[in-house]
Amino acid sequence: MKVRLQNLTKRYPNRNKKSHEDVVAVNDFTFEIPDGKLIGLLGPSGCGKSTTLNLICGLEKPTAGRIFFGEDDVTDLPPENRGVGLVFQNYALYPHLTVRQNILFPLQNLKGEARPSKAQMQEKVLEAAKLVQIDQLLDRKPSELSGGQQQRVAIARALVKMPRVLLLDEPLSNLDARLRLQTREEIRRIQRETGITTVFVTHDQEEAMSISDMIVVMEAGVVQQIGKPQDVYDSPVNLFVAKFLGTPAINVFQGRIRGGGLFLGEDRVMAMPGQEDREVWVGIRPEGFVLQKDGPLRCSLVGVEVMGRDTSVVASHPAFTGAAIRAIVSAENRVDAAAETVRFSIKPRKLFLFDVQSGERIDFRTEGET
Amino acid sequence: MKRSNLKAWLYLLPAIAFLGVFMVYPLIDVFIYSFEEGYNSASQTVFGVGWYNYSYVLHDPYFLQAVKNTLILVIITVPVSTGFALLISVGLNSIKPLRELYQTVFFLPYVTNTLAVGLVFMILFKKTAYTDGLVNLLINWFGGESVDFIDGPYWAKMFIMCFYTVWVVMPFKILILTSALASVDETYYNAARVDGTSRLRIFTRITLPMISPMIFYLIITGFIGAFKAYSDEVALFGTNLNAAGMNTIVGYVYDMLYGNSGGYPSYASAAALILFAIVLTITCVNLLVSRKNVYY
Repeated sequence: MKVRLQNLTKRYPNRNKKSHEDVVAVNDFTFEIPDGKLIGLLGPSGCGKSTTLNLICGLEKPTAGRIFFGEDDVTDLPPENRGVGLVFQNYALYPHLTVRQNILFPLQNLKGEARPSKAQMQEKVLEAAKLVQIDQLLDRKPSELSGGQQQRVAIARALVKMPRVLLLDEPLSNLDARLRLQTREEIRRIQRETGITTVFVTHDQEEAMSISDMIVVMEAGVVQQIGKPQDVYDSPVNLFVAKFLGTPAINVFQGRIRGGGLFLGEDRVMAMPGQEDREVWVGIRPEGFVLQKDGPLRCSLVGVEVMGRDTSVVASHPAFTGAAIRAIVSAENRVDAAAETVRFSIKPRKLFLFDVQSGERIDFRTEGET
Repeated sequence: MKRSNLKAWLYLLPAIAFLGVFMVYPLIDVFIYSFEEGYNSASQTVFGVGWYNYSYVLHDPYFLQAVKNTLILVIITVPVSTGFALLISVGLNSIKPLRELYQTVFFLPYVTNTLAVGLVFMILFKKTAYTDGLVNLLINWFGGESVDFIDGPYWAKMFIMCFYTVWVVMPFKILILTSALASVDETYYNAARVDGTSRLRIFTRITLPMISPMIFYLIITGFIGAFKAYSDEVALFGTNLNAAGMNTIVGYVYDMLYGNSGGYPSYASAAALILFAIVLTITCVNLLVSRKNVYY
């Protein structure tokens, strides 16, 4: 089932009574989620991603805009008639019911012809439980389960009525790091097996990038960029997206274009043919630094962290905006930790220019590229 | 290990001493009194030891009347007050405007003095030489006959007694239940809504089990409280409850100790222990029932 969001907007009345301006949680969101795909809604807290999810599932009514499931306009339908399955951040398993009763609950709500017989219900519960591999735990109470198991029960409960769309709200945030890795693979597998169009909300960019077919990056209610994870990472549309994706985060410098060259402080790091002279933000991905004895970027060395496969070089530079530059270089390069300065050259594809005012990315061509 | 034990006992000593003198000793004493036949408090003498006091109390028509009154009171007021309190709490929980005002209004009886409330009930229900009381005026207005609720037929007095008790115990129950309802996590309701659960089913399958420990607590304390009823009856019918036929078990105990016919601590003790046995049995039954139906 493809899901189409058309100019979706949600405004809340301002809590602060002096200000009559509404709070815009979601602003003019238009997007078509292709059938059977896994979409990650990504953004910092308060960016409107959870509101978007609530709009899709119907717990909240949009101020403007329409929502379509396939060809059906579901904007005015209450949640129960939309055929959505929702997994809550804290799972919201009914603590007084067993796992079996929890998964059975949505089925028992069905009325008339849609209501399966008792035997069919049990069969469906077993099927859903097997899919998420909790069929051994059906007679336990939620409090007797681990966080990961509760998560699976929540997914099984959302899946048992075969929803047209599956929605997951921060599904991994209550799990520890190891379980998170494992569970996100599980979610991916379950989504592939069922082929249900799935939207999941997260503030963890790594999570979103690792399992999504497409990610939607939001900030302050406005969609910043939509695309395949790698594409968004490789060509962010603005400084916000560039900063939000990637760990360690992108390194942002104050830069200047002068006479066809890009300057960071006094260092001319790269040729910029055909660009007018201007101030810019310069973002360089940690993996964009290459150690080079006579490299153009001269930084003072702060420290070296060896992490086995890679080496993280921590450095400082007068034009740098953050606390410390982090460069990831291959561990084959032995860095002399006692040295005072370290020099880098920059991979052009890992360097982005952004407008100082708007933060929009500026396209550029480097020498050797056509 | 031993030293710290000694220290612990030392810390506990004040509490144990007070509890021992003012609770444990009297409890044991009551137990002993109830088996001492013909105890005379002035000469501190007894005729013998045996079951006579229990036999006397159980054959005393005043006591049997008191038991009957108390049981009727318990059986009517506990379910009615808990049920109404639940209804009102759910109502309070689902309205937004004026919620605080309603909460205050419903809570007022709790902070009002029992005797003052009794006085108001007299004005509402008592028939005097000058007026039949407000309620009777209403009944007359609808074409009914005046009823004397305070000195009239048994059923009318029982009705007033139950009405009054329900009215007095409800505020506390409403307070407990509204806070219990408010503490149920909103996401359970959202989850149920997404799954298309009807409102009735949400109430019976989610809300009720979630607040069941509180309901159970209210039922147990309600039973105990109703079995101990006494002061409310005095407020309504005066101190001579036996004459009014509206005595309760606790009232009987009090009368045996201090009333006009008082001075019989042995009978009072026996009656008190009978009351204790009844309350204990009912509480145990409650606990057994709750094992199945209460979710913690």
